[in-house]
Amino acid sequence: MPNNQSNMKSYEQEYKNFSWEISLNELGYKDGDVINIGEYCTDRICRMGKAKKLALIWEGFDGEEKKYTFDDMRMLTNTIAVFLQKLGINPGDRVCLFMDKVPELYFGFLGILKMGAIAQPLFSAFGSESLLTRLEDAGTSAIFTQKKHLAKVRNIVEQLPSLKHIIVVDDDGSKALRDKEIAFHMDKAERVNEFKIYPSKAETPSVLHYTSGTTGKPKGAQHVHYSLISQYITAKYVLDIKDEDIYWCTADPGWVTGTSYGIIGAWANAATQCVLDAGFKADTWYKFIEKYKITIWYSAPTAIRALMKEGNEIVKKFNLSSLRHLASVGEPLNAEAVIWSKEAFGLPFLDTYWQTETGSMVISNYPGMKIKPGSMGKPFPGITATVVDLKTHLPIEKNGIVGMIALKPGWPAMFRTYWNNKEIYDKKFQNGWYLCGDRASIDEEGYYWFVGRDDDVINTAGHLVGPFEIESALLEHPSVAESAVVGKPDPMNMEVVKAFIALKPGNEKTKMLELEIMNFVRKKLSALAMPQEIEFVDSLPKTRSGKIMRRVLRAREWGEEIGDISTLENDM
Amino acid sequence: MASIKDTVLQYVKNEYLESDDDREITYDTPLISGGIVDSFSMVSLKVFLETQYKIQIPDAKASPEAFDSVNNIVNLLKELNIKE
Repeated sequence: MPNNQSNMKSYEQEYKNFSWEISLNELGYKDGDVINIGEYCTDRICRMGKAKKLALIWEGFDGEEKKYTFDDMRMLTNTIAVFLQKLGINPGDRVCLFMDKVPELYFGFLGILKMGAIAQPLFSAFGSESLLTRLEDAGTSAIFTQKKHLAKVRNIVEQLPSLKHIIVVDDDGSKALRDKEIAFHMDKAERVNEFKIYPSKAETPSVLHYTSGTTGKPKGAQHVHYSLISQYITAKYVLDIKDEDIYWCTADPGWVTGTSYGIIGAWANAATQCVLDAGFKADTWYKFIEKYKITIWYSAPTAIRALMKEGNEIVKKFNLSSLRHLASVGEPLNAEAVIWSKEAFGLPFLDTYWQTETGSMVISNYPGMKIKPGSMGKPFPGITATVVDLKTHLPIEKNGIVGMIALKPGWPAMFRTYWNNKEIYDKKFQNGWYLCGDRASIDEEGYYWFVGRDDDVINTAGHLVGPFEIESALLEHPSVAESAVVGKPDPMNMEVVKAFIALKPGNEKTKMLELEIMNFVRKKLSALAMPQEIEFVDSLPKTRSGKIMRRVLRAREWGEEIGDISTLENDM
Repeated sequence: MASIKDTVLQYVKNEYLESDDDREITYDTPLISGGIVDSFSMVSLKVFLETQYKIQIPDAKASPEAFDSVNNIVNLLKELNIKE
């Protein structure tokens, strides 16, 4: 019989009585024990008597289907761990996963952790330069990839002396593999039943997720195996995962949602998880939900708005009655989308807020709690949150005043450092608070309301893109003299990348050049970083010391007050 | 002179597939739902069509469905009075 009671029975009571001990006890972990996420998500579930339960149902864009039980997953992750050991990968080495959403990505992640290495997932749409920056910084030893992405790795391998192994998971012999390249076919490989799991402890590094900042290169947020404690209990309480659920997280494991809740939180709760490795199309998504009778759906506002645009008629063509809980992450979920989902599916999408750095959900809407459409919800039990003054970084006592979201450090999934960048890590903590970099206000009932970023980082479809990285790439184009990149409001993606470009003398402002520059950035960095709009200008607004004032351009795009421009050198 | 169909197909192959990517793309291959052209890259494909055929494609018509195959794109161009 399905259990209709939510895992979190009352938010108020839970918030009052909660302790992380609840999660520790449920997971059977005691201080000082070995804790390995790979083991907890596979072997432990099998020991709980769920070896035959389906762990992963995977479907490719052409309809190909694969199914794996928890026992299959246990053995295949062992297989991957042994394969890496035989290659000479050591605990603590960084192993990158650069693949579409194929089963090898999911099991590769857990296999890497089982043998003690650090998993470094990267979005497969990244271009060579984005890949180079991140592999170089991490000193990555090995990379798992697919034939279709191999050229991007080959382009940069000579510049990466640390990279010893390029593992191709779908090599079919059609092209000769080169030096350092090796084929690995997970489904054909011998399944390893017994494997001595690396005895990682709470603070042993587990995952390195790269995230963009306003300035400088992307930073690797480093997590530890202890993050499991937060990820398990938030998946249980916020996503409300129960034994009988069929769960679908649409996020790509190249980003933190795809690992924290598309792998760790889901499988630590023994959920049967569905993965669709295909581009977005409304009828394909609805058909997927209908076919596998998905009960919990964790998605992103951009996708929800795209579905909303397709209307309600298409929804009626499918039997989506299996759905019982919907949640959203990545960017603020607008009130219209919440109201629409209630109309279309009979259920509202519940917004959740967290970041690469927080590792797990920190502010959320919960099953059973009153929902205020457009609000981020309330802090997760065990999380102490507030908004602090933007200048003093002291908590704002009054309701309704906009400040920066800040959290008391110490929750289990908090990142432990930025790889090779302790200095920037330390700056994220002020007056005993971790500063999220997002602005919000708190209403009289304790609900948080998102206002925007407190820096120039662009949130496009839930992905953070750093303007500096794009501006640097633009400057490498032979026609570009200088550029400034800002986020422009967009009804679908919240923000899109807009570039203001001053051309070198002798270049004409043509549509053809605009296209050439777009494609230049797309291939170098990624489609996410490609300016969706380019405006050619004669000059850019600068301070007297010559620094480009992005905020002036951003304010113009958002129709906001420009603010103090006393240091502005020129008019645009 | 190459047909519209072939011009678009060639552009997609050159721009959106890596040099080593040997996937077969036909006039009917799903481009968006097949993960060859993602929703962000669709903008560059739109700019290409506008530049190549000297037209403006209204945003309402530039849907993932309309860009989902070379044949769909050719149909969209026909609607905008661009014919062979």
